[in-house]
Amino acid sequence: MQKLGDFKLPHFFNYPPYFTLQPVRETREKQVQLWKELILDYCRTQKIFVIKLEEEFPLFSNSVIERTLSHEAREAFLSALVAEGRAEWLDKGHRSCLILWHRIQDWADIIVNFVKDNGFEDSVMTVEEIRSGIESRGTELHGIDRTILMRALKQLEQKGKLAIFKGTSTDDEGIKFSV
Amino acid sequence: MSNFFSKAEVTSSGRPVFLRNEVECHLLSGVDLESEDHHSFSPLKSGILILTTHRLLWLPSSSAITPTSASAIPLAAISHIFSSKKSLKSVFHSPRIRFQVLVSPDGRVFDPGSGSGSSSGSGSRSVVVTAVVRGKGDCDGFLVKFWDSWRARAWESNETSGSGSGSGLASGTGAGTGTSGGLYSTDGSVRMVGVAGILRKEQEMWESTDKSLQDAFQDLNALMSKAKEMVMLAEKMRQKLLSGTSSQTSGTNDEDMGSKEEIQDWLLSVGIISPVTKESAGALYHQQLSRQLADFVRTPLERAGGMINLIDAYCLFNRARGTELISPDDMLQACSLWEKFDVPVMLRKFDSGVMVIQNKSHSDEEVFARIRSLVTKPEALRNGISPTDAAMTLGIAPAMAKEHLLTAESKGLLCRDISPDGFRFYINLFPEIDQCNIYFVKDYGICSTWIKAVSTSG
Repeated sequence: MQKLGDFKLPHFFNYPPYFTLQPVRETREKQVQLWKELILDYCRTQKIFVIKLEEEFPLFSNSVIERTLSHEAREAFLSALVAEGRAEWLDKGHRSCLILWHRIQDWADIIVNFVKDNGFEDSVMTVEEIRSGIESRGTELHGIDRTILMRALKQLEQKGKLAIFKGTSTDDEGIKFSV
Repeated sequence: MSNFFSKAEVTSSGRPVFLRNEVECHLLSGVDLESEDHHSFSPLKSGILILTTHRLLWLPSSSAITPTSASAIPLAAISHIFSSKKSLKSVFHSPRIRFQVLVSPDGRVFDPGSGSGSSSGSGSRSVVVTAVVRGKGDCDGFLVKFWDSWRARAWESNETSGSGSGSGLASGTGAGTGTSGGLYSTDGSVRMVGVAGILRKEQEMWESTDKSLQDAFQDLNALMSKAKEMVMLAEKMRQKLLSGTSSQTSGTNDEDMGSKEEIQDWLLSVGIISPVTKESAGALYHQQLSRQLADFVRTPLERAGGMINLIDAYCLFNRARGTELISPDDMLQACSLWEKFDVPVMLRKFDSGVMVIQNKSHSDEEVFARIRSLVTKPEALRNGISPTDAAMTLGIAPAMAKEHLLTAESKGLLCRDISPDGFRFYINLFPEIDQCNIYFVKDYGICSTWIKAVSTSG
């Protein structure tokens, strides 16, 4: 079994047509489906939150069979993820894509559970602490993309589960939970 | 038989016996002789009218010739020849030659040879005789010669040379009347003297030009008929070769096949006899063209493995026609008409826009089966196939092969792989991949075959 780092690659990763955008509709649909899953899996295990199309991305090339996804193909697959709500374009030019291997809603739930598990119901924390604090180690929150975290927090704020306030320095906001 | 006419002697084989110096000038068949007053003589039906320098002879048709049945009218007895009147009536009737004949008191044609004196003093009653020409001869030409011979009065020069009298046309010859008098020299050839001589000279020149023109055209006709023979020969050889190559399968060595192919090519390009043209077919032009095209295209189709590009067919067809080329539009129309007839070929347009002619019996399924077996071979599983590979296996042109591969792809049989190595096709594995468990591979099926093939390459 081939690996990309410690990621286990499926067998069809070595199937050359997999790397060519298929024109026939039925075949294309299947191909897109497989790529969507693969991208999400890979990003989840590798904790990758953003894919930049113009940069090299290990998943998009296979040196064994010497094939690489074309820009068109990459955009096609990522667009499919966006359409499904599992990704978002960060810019109009579609050069950068935010990968939501957990939906925002899911992240919100994870935060709530995190708060409950650690008894932070009435506490105050900084955003950064949530991301990289001791408590978050070993959880999925550790190393989470800041944009995603902010979105999840904002969602929770709208639900009244917490309040976001500006901290002493401009780049660090605080969260007052009221879960 | 009537006593009106003089008797003409005939030989035992039915040819007239000519007088001294008498020369035959013209002949018409299917001629009736009638008298205009309807009672001078009973009509002579359907005979041969011979004009000579001296007489007008009428012979019954060959089956009825007896030594006594041929009749003659001496030209000397003719007092007038009527010119032919071209009227509306004459268009529908058979041509007629009318002339006036002097009749002796006893109701017979005046016979100057009988020595009954000069024509003017013989109680000149005359009868108009009509020769109705029902046969196909050249009536006008006969009439011209009739005039000439009658004016030439050849019989008089005979008489003068015989009797020594100086009358007649022998002017300008002066001395030596004994041997050189008259229009005809002693050796029987016509002499060029006087006005008649000039006329005769003109006539002869015209005749010889006419003859050489006719000869020239004969040559051209001969050439054309030879060309036609050549093309027919080519056709025969082609047929023979066709039956020869199809009957021999394994026993032929490559060299033979090669030269046979050459000959076939050459014959095909030599051409088609009588191409259908807009003139020959008129309103049915496209229909006839369509059928001819369907016939023609069968041989190239066979050699191309059942499918040929429309453009290639167009070039081949026009080349075979030689002249009378057809336009691309005509070609397209001719092919489109095939739908309406029961011909074994059809026009097909691929998604890519390429148009081909293929046999109706051509089966896409059969081609796909062959592609499938090609693309599941271990080598193809590892590296896929290119249109060239397919072309070699299927025995068709690479462009046609590519069309087939694209069609197979659209049916879900193949997948494309585009890379710096080129445009290749693989067997379609996507349907086999289980979305829910992408790491799971069945032990059987194409997927496992593929994995095995790929892994053995290292």
